[in-house]
Amino acid sequence: MKSLDELKKLREKAQETIRLREQTEGTKIIVGMGTCGIAAGAREVMLALVDELQKKNLADVVVTQTGCAGLCEKEPLVEVVRPGQPKITYGYMTPEKARQMITSHIVNGQVIGEYVIAREDTVS
Amino acid sequence: MRELALHILDLTQNSLRAGAQLIEVEILEDVGLDSLVITIRDDGCGMEQALLERVLDPFTTTRTTRKVGLGLPLLRMAAERSQGKLSISSTPGQGTVVTASFQHSHIDRMPLGDMPGTMLAVMASNPTVDIVYRHRVNDRVWEVDTRVIKAEVGDEALTLPVVIQWLKSYLEQGKKYLDGGALLDEISG
Repeated sequence: MKSLDELKKLREKAQETIRLREQTEGTKIIVGMGTCGIAAGAREVMLALVDELQKKNLADVVVTQTGCAGLCEKEPLVEVVRPGQPKITYGYMTPEKARQMITSHIVNGQVIGEYVIAREDTVS
Repeated sequence: MRELALHILDLTQNSLRAGAQLIEVEILEDVGLDSLVITIRDDGCGMEQALLERVLDPFTTTRTTRKVGLGLPLLRMAAERSQGKLSISSTPGQGTVVTASFQHSHIDRMPLGDMPGTMLAVMASNPTVDIVYRHRVNDRVWEVDTRVIKAEVGDEALTLPVVIQWLKSYLEQGKKYLDGGALLDEISG
């Protein structure tokens, strides 16, 4: 049974995670959540990303959302921003592709070329 | 859109773009009164009267990447199709309130859909924004307020896997409770 009291117990565990995070550099995953993205299934993609990060305990990766990027026909869109690397945009995402992307790109550093629809060469 | 939950997700994105720091999502279901009312209230930048008058027109949008904005018109259509209506009030600098009502039993009323997933997506991807989800079904109420979670765990609570895992279960538990599951005694006890 989940209750608010349980949260208090999570506090210590949470602070440990924050300490660990401070030593690693942040990666940001951005999901397009405009009307177009949502209609194309962005919520399920977002939930798969959140779930996979939680399963792999990747506390230093932040998932966030943005509005329509103007590529509505290629939604759901997922952007990956890593310090010192060009921004990668994946298109036509599904929950399965999203999980695959976490393992391949986020964990192993291998961009999945066939899902990429744009690369921004300005290094962030 | 196949679920009202997806419309709610869409409107929270509008609130976020308006710079909201607090978003309240309230769903009131009353089977006796045969009504379902969704209210989304934010403290974002709000809209001037002129924009407010045009905002339900699908060819109105504040963005520059394209010429259409379909979020609100689609929700209005969904409400009107099931004997309901959509209303918006907004004050520049103070925020916006969108209310959509539906006849609960209407055959064309879209199912509510995956509210736990929708709220999890919004809360987990906007850890710095305060979000309140309040859902009442007849006399049962479930509320999740991210300010409470942050007060217990710390400001970064919603970026942490352990907390998100807890939140996911808590939201799913709420759905069971609201659907009339046998959780009442366990929860109060």
